[in-house]
Amino acid sequence: MIIGELINTSRKSIKPLVENYDAEAILAIVRSEAEAGADFIDLNCGTFVKDEPERLTWLTKLVAESIDTPICLDSPNPAALRAALPLLKGPAVINSISAETKRYNDILPLALEFGAKLIALCLDGKAVPKTAEERYTIGAQLIENLVKAGIPADNIYIDPLVEPVSVSQNGGLVLLETVRRLHTDYPEVHFICGLSNISFGLPNRKLVNRYFLAQTIGAGMDSFILDPTDRSLMGCYWASRMLVGQDKFCSQYLKANRQGLFEDK
Amino acid sequence: MNEYQKIYDAIIEGDEDKALEEAKTLLAQGVPPIDIINQGLITAMEEIGRLYKEEEIFIPEMMMAAQAVTEVINTLKPHMPAGSGSRGAIVIGTVEGDIHDIGKNLVALLLYSNGYTVHDLGNNVAPDEFVAAAQEYNADIVALSALLTTTMENMDHTIEAFTEAGLRDKVKIIIGGAPVTGEYAEEIGADGYSDDAQGAVELAGRLLEESK
Repeated sequence: MIIGELINTSRKSIKPLVENYDAEAILAIVRSEAEAGADFIDLNCGTFVKDEPERLTWLTKLVAESIDTPICLDSPNPAALRAALPLLKGPAVINSISAETKRYNDILPLALEFGAKLIALCLDGKAVPKTAEERYTIGAQLIENLVKAGIPADNIYIDPLVEPVSVSQNGGLVLLETVRRLHTDYPEVHFICGLSNISFGLPNRKLVNRYFLAQTIGAGMDSFILDPTDRSLMGCYWASRMLVGQDKFCSQYLKANRQGLFEDK
Repeated sequence: MNEYQKIYDAIIEGDEDKALEEAKTLLAQGVPPIDIINQGLITAMEEIGRLYKEEEIFIPEMMMAAQAVTEVINTLKPHMPAGSGSRGAIVIGTVEGDIHDIGKNLVALLLYSNGYTVHDLGNNVAPDEFVAAAQEYNADIVALSALLTTTMENMDHTIEAFTEAGLRDKVKIIIGGAPVTGEYAEEIGADGYSDDAQGAVELAGRLLEESK
């Protein structure tokens, strides 16, 4: 599953569009994501600290009414989610819940009420877990608690957290190890990550992102929050998942190829 | 070639072993530690900062140099009177409710390797803890980090705590982190903002220069 990441007000080009309610410009970007193969469109206006619910509601309404691709609501703010969730037409993704007590208790009832898919961060609020062992423990606990609370395993997307290798040289390895272990023990849940953080602070970021995507798919990752208009990255996505048996009869790869959605370069 | 050239080169190359060896040679020759720091290490870090800004080197290379400088300073410290040679005291931490520390650690490392005394309070630091530490260490600068839009407002609360304690005009407060902008810094009355670690080093230098 691909979640298009472009509509996020922490991006300098997006903030003024949301500030000025520029519907045309927003929709043009969302359409480009949908056409590039995004399964969901991420909407994040977290930088509007004072009126996030109002901004997210406007964005959600705009996108839901104009475009068929479903929406991923990217906010830890229960008031913003509560306002936006009823506006969705298709399936919903909530990005995200975590093992932090308040956030867990805020988000869980919303996911249950609206039958949403849930991205779950391997974070318990104490410290960012450094080792694969710590991340595994938090992830496994989250999966068990969420399933017990009534979230179907197929609706759970574990995010093991990507740390930039430029400052944390084992960051890539820790992520791969965490996914490999959780995927072995919980084969029915999904794994997702915000890919581009891996290459922060490095030159040629697109190349680093692409190779990391292929490696994470080998470890059991099946979903990504990324820029779907990056055609080489999308080619890497379709090819990699086909290579590890995530693509029955190679149909997604062949379909995307036929539609000319990616390139090899 | 002056006597500091070799240690300077070792830092530029990020060669910690060579830098340590060179520092010991200079010490044995009777060169004062403070001169090794100022002439050898800090000039090298200034060049590293320039190379980073020009995109000739990248974060991991900058960290490698800063790490080498840190080790050399730790070796020189026992040979120096306490507190001497510092460009200023900086208290740094990630604000309350936020446990992200990668960016904060990088800024702390760079500030230390650029000659400041750095007191790192860690992450999830309450406003009162910043105030207490600033008093205890007689801080010139307090540096606040936040990575979440939801915890950013605790920067505001921390600045208020300094105002309430009557210390706001005694310290410079600088802020940084992914969601932070110059606009936000102005809004909450911070003294400065930087969008990267090297910028934070330059900001600290500028603020201390101004307040002299």
